[in-house]
Amino acid sequence: MEDALLIDAVERFVNGEMTPQEKIYFEDLRKNNPELDQAVVEHLFFLNELNNFGATKSFKVSLHEIQNKLADEGFAFKAPIAHRAKLVQLWDKYKKTVAVAASIAGVVSLFIASVVSAVSKKDSNNTTLLVNKLDAVAQKNVQIERKLNKLEADAIAEGKKPLIVSKFSGTGFMVDVNNNYIITNAHVALEAKHELIVENKKGEQFAVDAVYVDKQRDIAILRINDKSFKKLAPIPFQIRKSNAQLGEQIYMLGFPKQEIVYDEGYVSARNGHNLDTLYCQLSTTANAGSSGAPVITKNGDLIGVLTSKKTNTQGVVYAIKSANILRAIEEAKKLDPNASIKITTTAGLKGLKREDQIAKMENYVFMIKGN
Amino acid sequence: MNTLEEEKALLEGLGREDKQSIEKIYREHYNMVQSLVTNNSGTADDAADIFQELMIVLFEKARSGNLELHCQLKTYIYAVSKRLWLKKLSHAHRFSQTEVEHMEELVSVEDDVEVHEKKQNDFTIMETAMSKIGEPCKSLLEAYYIQKKQMQAIAADFGYTNADNAKTQKYKCLVRLKKLFFAQYKNAE
Repeated sequence: MEDALLIDAVERFVNGEMTPQEKIYFEDLRKNNPELDQAVVEHLFFLNELNNFGATKSFKVSLHEIQNKLADEGFAFKAPIAHRAKLVQLWDKYKKTVAVAASIAGVVSLFIASVVSAVSKKDSNNTTLLVNKLDAVAQKNVQIERKLNKLEADAIAEGKKPLIVSKFSGTGFMVDVNNNYIITNAHVALEAKHELIVENKKGEQFAVDAVYVDKQRDIAILRINDKSFKKLAPIPFQIRKSNAQLGEQIYMLGFPKQEIVYDEGYVSARNGHNLDTLYCQLSTTANAGSSGAPVITKNGDLIGVLTSKKTNTQGVVYAIKSANILRAIEEAKKLDPNASIKITTTAGLKGLKREDQIAKMENYVFMIKGN
Repeated sequence: MNTLEEEKALLEGLGREDKQSIEKIYREHYNMVQSLVTNNSGTADDAADIFQELMIVLFEKARSGNLELHCQLKTYIYAVSKRLWLKKLSHAHRFSQTEVEHMEELVSVEDDVEVHEKKQNDFTIMETAMSKIGEPCKSLLEAYYIQKKQMQAIAADFGYTNADNAKTQKYKCLVRLKKLFFAQYKNAE
C-alpha cells in the first residue's frame, strides 16, 4: 500500500467514514500485516499530536484575546510595588535611630546557670510581689529538690544510675533518631564542666556526649550515649534550609522550668541584633532555660534555635537560623567522617492541629542539664 | 467560592475553549498567581507567562477528560503555578536548589506538570516542523487538520481545480511534515 493510500485509509477509519465491510477488511489487513499495523499506529499517533497541536495553538490565541480584552478593561496585569521597597525606605530613614538603640540594648542568652543559687542569692530589697514570687520559686525548688532526692534514692534502690545534680539548664531537640543526635546552643553545652545529660518530658535522664561545638554559630551537637534510651519514631519536622519569612507564625517548646513550656509568636525581622545574619528576630516571650529550644512554623518546619533575647525590650527574642544547624552538621562530618548524622525530612506535623503537633513534637525536645 | 460542580463545569468550559470560562479563571485567580511570582523574584511579565502556561496545563487536563483535581481549583492553580515558576527559576539559576525546596507543597502536581512538559515539548517539535514545510503546505495542513475545513472549501480557498487535487497536495505536505516531526521527535527521546 502506498503512503497516500494508507493515510487516506487511516483518516477515513478515524473519522468513521469506512463502510462496515471496509472496516473489517482494514482490520484484517492490520492483523495479518505487522508492518502495515505499525504504520497505522504511527499515523494515529501523529494525527493525535497534530490534533493536540491545533487545539493548544487555538487555545493560546484565545488566551491572548482575553488577556488583551482584560488589559483594555484595566485589569491589573502590573505587579503591585513589593512591600520590601517600603521597608527598605523605612530602614534607611530610621537607620540611625535603630543603630543607637541597638548599641544601648544588650542581648542576654536564654539559659539558666546554677538555678538554685541564682534564685537564693537574689536581693531581698525587691518589691514584695517579686519576693513572693521568688519565695514561691524557692519553695518549688525545695520541692523539686526533695523530689529529685527521692527519685535518686529510688533509682539507687532499684540499682539504676543516680540522677545528677544540675547546675544549669537549657533545651535541646533531637534531629536524628537513628543515631540519637540532639541540637542545642553551644553556650548551653559549654557550661558543663563535668557531666552533661538530657532529660525527656518524663524526667528520665540520659548521658550525652558533646560531639561538636560550634561557638561561632552557637550550636552544639550532642549524642545520647545511653543504652537505656529507647529509639523515637522518625523526626516529624523538617529543618528548613532557607530563611524564615517575615511574619511567619511560629511556636516553641522549651524547658524554662522543670516541665515543658509552650510559647508562640511570629518572625519579626530577618536578622538578629545589630543585623547579625546568623540570627533572625522573633516576637514572643521567652524565658531563661529556653536556650536551644526549637522554633517551628505552623507547617512543622524547623526554622531556628532559640538563643537569646534583648535585655531592655520586651518580646524581642533571637533565634539562630536553621541553616546553621545544617552547616554545623556538615562541619562535624568533615571533622569526623565516621559521624553518621542523617537528617531525615518528613512532614509529620503538616496539617495537624497545633495541640496534636505539640503532642508529637514534645517527645523530641529535651532539657539539657549538667554540672 | 465556587462549589466543586461549578469548578468542574468551569474546567469543562476551558476544555471547550469557552471564552467566558477562561475569563472567569483569569479574574478569580490571576492576582494570586501574580503575587506568587512577583513575591518570589519574578516580574509582572513573568507572572503573565506563568499564568498562560498554567492555563495550558488546565486546558490539557480538561481536554484529556481528567477533571478530578482532588482539591479546590484555587489550591491546584497555586500548586501548579508554583511548580512552573520554581522550574523556571531553577532553570535560570536565579535560585539555588535549596531555596526552591523550602516553599511548602500543598498538593502534589508533579505528575501533571511532567505530562504538561512532555506535551509542551511535542508542541514545540510540531511547531518547528510546521514552520519548516513552508507555504502553501503549512496553511493547507492547518486548514484541514486544525481548522477542520472541508476539502471542497480548501480547494476553493487555495485555488485548486478540484477537491482531489487539493487532497493530493495535502498528502504530499503531510508526508513531509511527518518526516520532519518524527526526525525531531525520535531525536528527543
